Amino acid sequence: MKGFATIVALVVAVAAHGASAQTLKAVKDRGILNCGANGTLAGFGLPDAQGKWTGMDVDFCKAIAAAVLNDAEKVKFVPLSAKDRFTALQSGEVDVLARNTTWTSSRDTSLGLNFTGVNYYDGQGFMVRNTLKVNSALELNGAAICVQQGTTTELNLADYFAASKMQLKTVTFATANEAVKAYDAGRCDAYTTDASALYAERLRLANPSDHIILPEIISKEPLGPAVRHGDDQWFDIVKWTLFAMVDAEELAISSKTLDEALKSSNPEIKRFVGTEGNFGEQLGLTKDWAVRIIKQVGNYGESFERNVGQGSPLKIERGLNKLWTKGGIQYAPPIR
Amino acid sequence: MSSEISASSRSAQVVFYNDPKFRSIAYQVALCAIVGFLTYGAARNAIDNLARAHIASGFGFWNDTAGFDISQTLIEYSARGSTYGRAFWVGLLNTLLVAGLGIIFATILGFVIGISRLSGNWLLAKAAGGYVETIRNLPLLLQLLFWYNAVLKALPDMRESIAIGGAFLNNRGLYLPEPIRKDGFGAVEIALLAGIAGALAFYIWARKRQERSGEQAPVLWLALALVVGLPLAVFALTGFPLGFDLPKAGRFNIAGGVEVLPEFAALLFGLSIYTAAFIAEVVRAGILAVSRGQSEAAYSLGLRPGPTLRLIVVPQAMRVIIPPLTSQYLNLTKNSSLAVAIGYPDLVQVFTGTVLNQTGQAVEVVAITMLVYLVISLTTSLLMNIYNRRIALTER
Repeated sequence: MKGFATIVALVVAVAAHGASAQTLKAVKDRGILNCGANGTLAGFGLPDAQGKWTGMDVDFCKAIAAAVLNDAEKVKFVPLSAKDRFTALQSGEVDVLARNTTWTSSRDTSLGLNFTGVNYYDGQGFMVRNTLKVNSALELNGAAICVQQGTTTELNLADYFAASKMQLKTVTFATANEAVKAYDAGRCDAYTTDASALYAERLRLANPSDHIILPEIISKEPLGPAVRHGDDQWFDIVKWTLFAMVDAEELAISSKTLDEALKSSNPEIKRFVGTEGNFGEQLGLTKDWAVRIIKQVGNYGESFERNVGQGSPLKIERGLNKLWTKGGIQYAPPIR
Repeated sequence: MSSEISASSRSAQVVFYNDPKFRSIAYQVALCAIVGFLTYGAARNAIDNLARAHIASGFGFWNDTAGFDISQTLIEYSARGSTYGRAFWVGLLNTLLVAGLGIIFATILGFVIGISRLSGNWLLAKAAGGYVETIRNLPLLLQLLFWYNAVLKALPDMRESIAIGGAFLNNRGLYLPEPIRKDGFGAVEIALLAGIAGALAFYIWARKRQERSGEQAPVLWLALALVVGLPLAVFALTGFPLGFDLPKAGRFNIAGGVEVLPEFAALLFGLSIYTAAFIAEVVRAGILAVSRGQSEAAYSLGLRPGPTLRLIVVPQAMRVIIPPLTSQYLNLTKNSSLAVAIGYPDLVQVFTGTVLNQTGQAVEVVAITMLVYLVISLTTSLLMNIYNRRIALTER
């Protein structure tokens, strides 16, 4: 009922004023960035006991705040469930949605969103109990599977089982928390979501070592931040915030090496840090926009390692998310 | 209109805008115009905003492939072969199923507890009082989560199912043998219908005769014989034309038979038990509203407590009970949307949950859902009002 009330409130909001085309001005006037975040997913968006948020998507919103407001802490994180997230962005409740959201054509068009890039290349997997003695997702014929609603996961699951000519019993929950709890209680044989989230959720189970993640990855899940249609300037700022974080890693500019970079004579680095050209001003920001991002948040690699990689409890390999120069597919257009 | 003006001009010589009748109408017209304008403005604004943000609008999504699975479907439904429209009907039927059964159970339980609370038996009255005070003072959502987790935790794993006859019970649900009709079962169904019709006819005839002559007839026994005995006899004569599809344990799940999901059971339990506490109070209030003199008069006529309650007190109490009882039925129906918390695929979960998210058409989907709840509630109200009018005190 709470969810329903939220939706009604958001619908009223759409009817009342709708999305402003001047997001940059609105954010600056407000002095704070409203960021739609996950709130329950370790590694992507999760507040700790003190209310301090961490995660890759959280870092991304902080980077926007650093670029626009010169203070990475000036972000208000709005925790959103998978099913309510698009309505919250459409209605203007949040300025940007950074909530491990899969980029699909229908979301990019008919839902009125613009995806600004991919900050994590993911795929959907399955988690099962060891005692089931299942080694492949193809052995799950007839299984009951817990899933979170309002996700591409829910759709891929039906596709995969239909394509493999297998039966399934889906049990759908409004939030990931409820789905995982039901799986843990034995309501389902398997829990399915993006592989990165499976690793995070497994850590929260009563006995993580009793559960395995099956090798099959059944879908492409390019996760990325999104903004509303109709504000090209804001779209550019959010898009280039992500590109700047990736470009910085490629140029070996990190929060630790920033001082050297500022003195560098390498033209690519000079353009990045704003000692040459006026690329920040073209975006509607200042020359040193990218410097603020790196100084206050760090580059893409730093954010990855700190939140989901070796520096975190999740210990996820970079895999596809390595830079294109290192065998992955993370690639950003140049700043010039 | 012309008669009003002529009437007012005749009664007093005031200017038309000082005429109270004109004023009251004018104010109402002005208010309606403002409300209408605001509604129009909001709708116009929403349409403009949606168009500007290039968000799809309209009801075209209704015939698009749904692509997601639903755990409980009363009608044929498949992720790949069904549309969003079909998903809507699945959700609606699930809502109606749980609300309908919930109303029946809550009414029975509520009447029993309400009457128990007034019983002369100290233990029974206190137990009923304790039930009402505990249940109606705890939030329903909490109770639903309790029942859901209690159901899941208390029941054994799939592989250690409790088997009773052909049925299985585990934390995936209750699996019952599904009756399959064989040739000749139609005769049993016809016998059942004939039995019901016969019992009704006999009941009407017996009542008329009692009004005329005061003679009583054994209605209950004859009705039982007609409704139960006749079909059973035909069933035996035709050689028991009924088979059963027994549930069988597979590797992961139990296949075949009829399946009762734990989500459904928990929701039905929670809603019935919660609403019953309120109905019990409504019933108690209704009975207390009937003056004691009524039962005293009945006793002095020689009626025993049972018939006194059934023939004197309850019919009079019903007049007080029905209006608040209607509100409880409406509450139960609306509360069924809390299903979303425990994964039962009701209308809100399926339609304003998944369908809204996949299509992004919040305005249309929410409008349809509100309309549906309005229709369900108004229909319930209407039926209860018809019943209320029938039992209302007829004044002569």
